[in-house]
Amino acid sequence: MTTTAQPTARKPATMAQALTRALRDAMAEDPTVHVMGEDVGTLGGVFRVTDGLAAEFGADRCSDTPLAEAGILGTAVGMAMYGLRPVVEMQFDAFAYPAFEQLASHVARMRNRTRGAVPMPLTIRIPYGGGIGGVEHHSDSSEAYYLATPGLQVVTPATVEDAYGLLRAAIASDDPVVFLEPKRLYWSRADWSPDAPAPVAPIGRAEVRRPGSSATLLTYGPSLPVCLEAAEAARAEGWDLEVVDLRSLVPFDDDTVCASVRRTGRAVVVHEANGFGGPGGEIAARVTERCFHHLEAPVLRVTGFDIPYPPPMLERHHLPGVDRILDTVARLQWESRWTEGRGA
Amino acid sequence: MTVLEQPGSPRHTSGPAVPPPAWRPRVDPAPLLPDTEPYRLLGTDAARRLDPGLLKRLYTELVRGRRYNTQATALTRQGRLAVYPSSTGQEACQVAAALALQEQDWLFPSYRDTLAAVARGLDPVQALTLLRGDWHTGYDPHEHRIAPLCTPLATQLPHAVGLAHAARLKGDDVVALAMVGDGGTSEGDFHEALNFAAVWQAPVVFLVQNNGFAISVPLDKQTAAPSLAHKAVGYGMPGRLVDGNDAPAVHEVLTEAVRRAREGGGPTLVEAVTYRLDAHTNADDATRYRTEAEVETWRAHDPIALMERELTGRGLLTDAFATATRDGAEQLAAALRDRMHTDPPLDPMALFDHVFIRQTGQLRDQAAQLRAELDAEAEADGTTAATPAPAQEARP
Repeated sequence: MTTTAQPTARKPATMAQALTRALRDAMAEDPTVHVMGEDVGTLGGVFRVTDGLAAEFGADRCSDTPLAEAGILGTAVGMAMYGLRPVVEMQFDAFAYPAFEQLASHVARMRNRTRGAVPMPLTIRIPYGGGIGGVEHHSDSSEAYYLATPGLQVVTPATVEDAYGLLRAAIASDDPVVFLEPKRLYWSRADWSPDAPAPVAPIGRAEVRRPGSSATLLTYGPSLPVCLEAAEAARAEGWDLEVVDLRSLVPFDDDTVCASVRRTGRAVVVHEANGFGGPGGEIAARVTERCFHHLEAPVLRVTGFDIPYPPPMLERHHLPGVDRILDTVARLQWESRWTEGRGA
Repeated sequence: MTVLEQPGSPRHTSGPAVPPPAWRPRVDPAPLLPDTEPYRLLGTDAARRLDPGLLKRLYTELVRGRRYNTQATALTRQGRLAVYPSSTGQEACQVAAALALQEQDWLFPSYRDTLAAVARGLDPVQALTLLRGDWHTGYDPHEHRIAPLCTPLATQLPHAVGLAHAARLKGDDVVALAMVGDGGTSEGDFHEALNFAAVWQAPVVFLVQNNGFAISVPLDKQTAAPSLAHKAVGYGMPGRLVDGNDAPAVHEVLTEAVRRAREGGGPTLVEAVTYRLDAHTNADDATRYRTEAEVETWRAHDPIALMERELTGRGLLTDAFATATRDGAEQLAAALRDRMHTDPPLDPMALFDHVFIRQTGQLRDQAAQLRAELDAEAEADGTTAATPAPAQEARP
């Protein structure tokens, strides 16, 4: 594209538009980048994230595949073996499960099992999470399966800038990335310069989105705006909450997370995924192992319940909200004998 | 059910036409259908036209292949291989698959197809690394264009389709041949791979070695299809049925399928009917699910014996040729035996290599832990050691 727009022009853009632009720029820059999936061609994807790519780059570069997730990912493995850089779209979180064997048995371990001879420069884009009123099988937070699979990077943006920057980084990575797109943030807006996107921190780095001193909220993806809202509301209670956006679950940024928790002495992990066996358990364990002597209270979690994802008319009771986060923050032993007189 | 049109008949005689896209004039399935009996050359009149050079080449590879199989099986008994899924009895399929391909083509073997890889030129020790257990893939797949031996069933088939598709997009002259067993045809990945291959018209050949059993489960519990080759028709690709113990027949069918793929004709499904003379692996007891009488009928249909009959009939199996073939096979076995009796070098720290291109913090911590354990072991053994600090936070 030969746009003559001012490179610094910032205008409101949605996360979906930033993702589209990331795909488009990656395809323009690198002819080995191929987008493939269900409805990604003519339709532009059910969320329109691949809109215009088939028209600009042709049906071979942005191809509608048969409706078969294992086949999509399996053929992408072969394409990557031959030097292409496939970007696969799984239409919805719960529709990605048929591809799990290809992911766990091949994508995640191909580099390792061939001692580096066959890398897997694959990006697997998966719209995930709830809050959009989706019926059954359209709202899962399936990240725990992926981060429990060694060899996969697991990345999830929460801002428009990160949607662009992290997706570009994922596509450029020579290792596979499960790129989880928070679908309820697809239509979130921010002022953004599509022709001169601001550089973002690399994959593997967390970001402090709101500095604070009382406690740290550790979160990612769709829960980031909820945590920021909770942090604002917490001011009325006298709590100054720090909010850390993890951005990347694998690799995990222990340094940024621990620096924050050591500073505040308290931590709450917030995510939509089920609590039992969810990412929060791993995060709480890592924080406890590394920051034990700085903690004023146990690391707590605010998560989805340990239930199959509820029907849309009930999902608001399941999803972590501001009140549940604040109730949990209130349980961080503010009044305990342990912290009395320590000026917390 | 749609009533098939008869050739030459009008599409619709009355009523409104069923509009596209859900209906389109059907592809005539007749040319896609496999033969009713497995295609054979040996013992038929057609065998007389076979090139003596090809016959001798196939025979040499079969004898080498059989000797490789017996040697690898022996190595399991000597504790030098963790496990060996033998292809004894299936050598014709293994050898023909390798010989049907050109240099630039790709082979996608399953765990039972190390012989095909060796026949394609892979070092037998590298082919057996997975089964010895010192690493998963013992070779660089790009060197001989042989994908890693695939243990999960049929999952390598979509890889073959994707690779062939990618090569075609790049304009390269590359065909992929993917091997799978009768059991593997029940897997979802078999279906998805064949469907993608046909839709994309990818230059792929699928070789099903139907050896009658998926470990212990016989074919009639695996499928109700007329034959495995018939499954091709549902995808819109030709199915070929061939006697898998007739090396020239398998070679001809595969070579033809590879040529067709190379010329842009799309994928082919080949079912080669054969028999696993050995158990599933050395850990299996085949007497629990099949009779010795059944095995004997297949011994009478041994791929090497069939070839020897043909070669003898044509005066090609001279003493000198037979001896040279045997000697070549013995040399392969002796070299394999010698090299496999050496312990492979093991580096536990290499466990953390190649998980990612750059090691993550987690893996650095865990590598340090293992390093410390190794150092402690070494110290206990009387060698020197240095122990790094653990990852856990120290009390301030």
